[in-house]
Amino acid sequence: MSHVLLRHRDIPDFNTLNVYKKNGGFDAFKKAVAKMKPTDVIDVVKNSGLRGRGGAGFPTGMKWSFIDNKNWPHYVVANADESEPGTFKDREIMESNPFQFLEGLAIASYAVGATVAYIYLRGEFWQVAAFLDEKIAEMEKAGYLGDNLFGTDYSLKIFTHLGAGAYICGEETALLESLEGKRGQPRVRPPFPPSYGLYGKPTIINNVETFTNVPPIIANGAEWYKSMGTTDSAGVKIFSLSGRVRKPGNYELPFGATFRQLIYEHGMGIQDGRSVKAIMPAGASSSLIVVDDKVLDTPMDYATVRTLGADLGSASVIVLDDTVDIDWVINKTIHFFKHESCGKCTTCREGNYWMRNLTERIHSGSGSENDVNLLLNVAKQMQGKCLCALGEFSTMAVVTGIERFPQDFKKAVKA
Amino acid sequence: MSLEKKYPKEVKKLLAKYPPEHKRSAVMPLLYLAQREEGFVNKEAMQDIARLLDITETDVASIVGFYTLYHDKKAGKYRMQVCTDLPCALRGADEFLNNLCGNLGIKVGETTEDGLVTIESVMCLAACDRAPMFQTQGPDGIKYHEYMTVDRTMELIEALKKTEVEK
Repeated sequence: MSHVLLRHRDIPDFNTLNVYKKNGGFDAFKKAVAKMKPTDVIDVVKNSGLRGRGGAGFPTGMKWSFIDNKNWPHYVVANADESEPGTFKDREIMESNPFQFLEGLAIASYAVGATVAYIYLRGEFWQVAAFLDEKIAEMEKAGYLGDNLFGTDYSLKIFTHLGAGAYICGEETALLESLEGKRGQPRVRPPFPPSYGLYGKPTIINNVETFTNVPPIIANGAEWYKSMGTTDSAGVKIFSLSGRVRKPGNYELPFGATFRQLIYEHGMGIQDGRSVKAIMPAGASSSLIVVDDKVLDTPMDYATVRTLGADLGSASVIVLDDTVDIDWVINKTIHFFKHESCGKCTTCREGNYWMRNLTERIHSGSGSENDVNLLLNVAKQMQGKCLCALGEFSTMAVVTGIERFPQDFKKAVKA
Repeated sequence: MSLEKKYPKEVKKLLAKYPPEHKRSAVMPLLYLAQREEGFVNKEAMQDIARLLDITETDVASIVGFYTLYHDKKAGKYRMQVCTDLPCALRGADEFLNNLCGNLGIKVGETTEDGLVTIESVMCLAACDRAPMFQTQGPDGIKYHEYMTVDRTMELIEALKKTEVEK
């Protein structure tokens, strides 16, 4: 099957303007601006069933329809802060299929009436930002960005903006704060960005992969898109596969492909012929799934993965084999969240600090059974009390790790 | 010298990205500009940026303090930032970092005697499938180095040394 998102894997030099154009590039943007009303564009995206690819899976067209048309100007922001441990798909899109992403961003901007769009990239993507700047300049020169596009009165400018090393800026309101030149700390929601976003103006924020889905949807229609994937989750998804597999990497598959297909067919199985012990389907923020044959044959879409007691999130599938101790795993993830907590809400700031002290003690072998119980207690106490998803999800691996792999913790406190 | 005098074209281009009434947005790109030469942002540069954007020096300092890619202290010319988060660690990143430090005879956070390289351990860099990996943060920005071994890293350090001598 040919790719919908990773088209550069099928077509050489797809990141050059000429090759992109020859393969139907910018036809969707032209069709939208020259022939469709903004609300028609939103309706097509709505009907396609496209859901946000950043992790929450919120219906994209519905988000766009929430834009407040009584308050102007409007902004569109691409979330290219990709920082979840285990996620590395947006980088491949931007490096190898930049125009499809930029075209999707442009179509979204037209749909919600924005004449300025920003791409917020994590600071580490320094080279990616420089590359996108070149591509944006090429689009301007070719008349796909700038004033009076396709002979209409619609105008659009796209700018890149580099973050500087803060996982929290992937949270949409923290991202906006950062883009406004402040510390990246989340805002209290509501109001949500479609009514109060960048500079207090209505703003649509989507993930890079979400935007990249839009040009083929506009070109081929909602029905075509819905024909792929499952009823719950339409279309295709890029799965970032990492951990103890033989061939880690990005794999574009329709929703509904199974863990077994991803890990064994595409990832070529487990290193050293070992078996899978646990899967984290949404990176470090993930719950840990105990793996058996039934789990491996579970179709990956948002609703079905939830039946396993986990979220699919951004589909960053980290595979743990039977040599990996779960007390080590949660010590790693909690070190990450402790470091990345923005410090705004007490629950997350203090909770992660105490969880880190406990996971460190348990993993180093000087912990007791009481420490494990206390850790579980702290994690559960945090749930439902954090300002944003960072704090909430920092507890997932801890709670599910202790509850689903008790033998690993018994071993750790005995040793 | 002020940033505006030193890099007039770049400052103008950066400010043009944002609405004039929201020029504070330019604080992050200006900080990158300010630390380009020395690898850290000094007090004068913070005052300069504050003046340019009509915000306080404390505002600027709070940005420097919040984000990990801004530094207020001098370190090696190149910061070698090794990712040791879960996915990288599952592919040997901890051993890689240990062995690299052993080879250089320094600990994480320390700088080689010639002042060329500081070794740091950092959070996820979105290259989990290509571990062990690190980025170098230096005068010419940030570069990724993937599928790394200690041998290849030592070669890279030798190459950096050579370019420094030639300069």
